[in-house]
Amino acid sequence: MKDVAVIGIGCTVFGEKWSHSFRDLFIEAGALALEDANLSGEQIDSLFVGNMSAGRFIEQEHIGALIADYAGLATEHTPSTRVEAACASGGLAFRQGVTAVASGMADIVVAAGVEKMTDVAPGQTVDTLASAADREWEGFVGATFPGLYAMIATDYMHRYPLTREQLALVAVKNHYNGARNPIAQFQQEISIDTVISSSLVADPLRLFDCSPITDGAAAVILAPLEIARKYTDTPVKVLASAQASDTIALHDRRDISTLDATVAASQRAFHQARLSHKNIDLVEVHDCFTIAEICAIEDLGFCTKGEAGKLTEEGVTALNGDLPVNTSGGLKACGHPVGATGIKQIYEIVQQLRGEAGKRQVDAQIGMTHNVGGTGATVVVHILGRS
Amino acid sequence: MSVARFWRKIPQRYNLVGTRCVTCGRYYFPPRSFCPSCRREGKIIDHQFTGEGSVVTYTIIRTASEQFENATPYIIAIVQLDEGPRLTAQIACRPEDIRIGTRVKKVFRRLGTEGKSGVIHYGTKFIPA
Ligand SMILES: [Zn+2]
Repeated sequence: MKDVAVIGIGCTVFGEKWSHSFRDLFIEAGALALEDANLSGEQIDSLFVGNMSAGRFIEQEHIGALIADYAGLATEHTPSTRVEAACASGGLAFRQGVTAVASGMADIVVAAGVEKMTDVAPGQTVDTLASAADREWEGFVGATFPGLYAMIATDYMHRYPLTREQLALVAVKNHYNGARNPIAQFQQEISIDTVISSSLVADPLRLFDCSPITDGAAAVILAPLEIARKYTDTPVKVLASAQASDTIALHDRRDISTLDATVAASQRAFHQARLSHKNIDLVEVHDCFTIAEICAIEDLGFCTKGEAGKLTEEGVTALNGDLPVNTSGGLKACGHPVGATGIKQIYEIVQQLRGEAGKRQVDAQIGMTHNVGGTGATVVVHILGRS
Repeated sequence: MSVARFWRKIPQRYNLVGTRCVTCGRYYFPPRSFCPSCRREGKIIDHQFTGEGSVVTYTIIRTASEQFENATPYIIAIVQLDEGPRLTAQIACRPEDIRIGTRVKKVFRRLGTEGKSGVIHYGTKFIPA
């Protein structure tokens, strides 16, 4: 197995981009990543594209070939593969790219993610997102995606001493970080009161506990570490790539408030990288809802179950804390174009490790990403380090 | 959901017919034709659940997908049946009458209407016992 490095990154501004099509989005992100790595298209050996539901969002399947075509690679006949694992599609596309380079099957690989979510009515978006869970036995009876995470929150708050204010502080922190990120959908700070007085979506979760609906794309370029310095002075090494699965339906989990797939993927990643939690300087976690960030911090192993609310309140996870969590603003403030999110997490960690994160720069040698599909049926964890 | 896709699961949806693995004794609802515990050694038979259980966790849905937009607000819960398995279902009661641990029993109810075609779906909901 070869060591793998990230040699280029690109990301669109996230938001409700009425004037941008699906094609505009991925072309913009891809071009930025190629420019960053000083590459031209014909040097690309393979593409992996994370996308959850172009079929339902823009009525277009066969995304792999479409992207290769519009990237000008049809004449090169460059292999291009769509990767789907609901909201973890991006993280999984990155993992497929890492696998391709590590195995020696390809040298220069693009791992990208794209989602265009605002071309359909909001009710249809809610329904499409519900298909990340069990359509037949959850969605059919009326369980929405926020509703499933709300049931995690109800269970969690019944068993552990998490307060409504602590939960709100997750959103407050992520908006603070988003306000310092030029690609974030929401670049303004909010107060606890903004969260607590926003409308209920599914009790106890309110509008400001939920990540928004977002258009956006992100792309990164991978290469064997041994040749990475040909393309960049600041290669970032992939120290671990781990993935785990669990039951598709929340009701079949061992424990409603623990994402066992996060626990498994985290353990596998730390084992691969031969690192421990104290080596991690920052983490991008999958905060599709505030409760999801609380569970993620615990299930990744950074504290014991029930403690993440207190940690958030004490500022441990803040930009200037001991373990900054979601310096990008997370899904909550940076936005959540589902298929692109996993790649945007890598984009953020690489910026931080290169020292290019501007107003939200933290002191970091090693960073982690955590990308979740559905309510935890797929989890992808990566560890990246300066090299 | 298409008529055939719904109709295929009518015994399960209307009457809580699930499955049981004779090899290990585990009960499954929603039904499984393959025992995840015994895998190839499992022998699966149908099982009619009593429909009594208790609430594990719940929420009140305020923003729904198109099919349920007219039904909001409504309660969704994970119910643990007395035989062991858990399922997701609507609880037909007032929000103030549900707690974690509330005892519930199954009832046959209208679940929703399919878009413009107007097909009405029925299924199992629960009410406080
Ligand atoms: Zn069995």
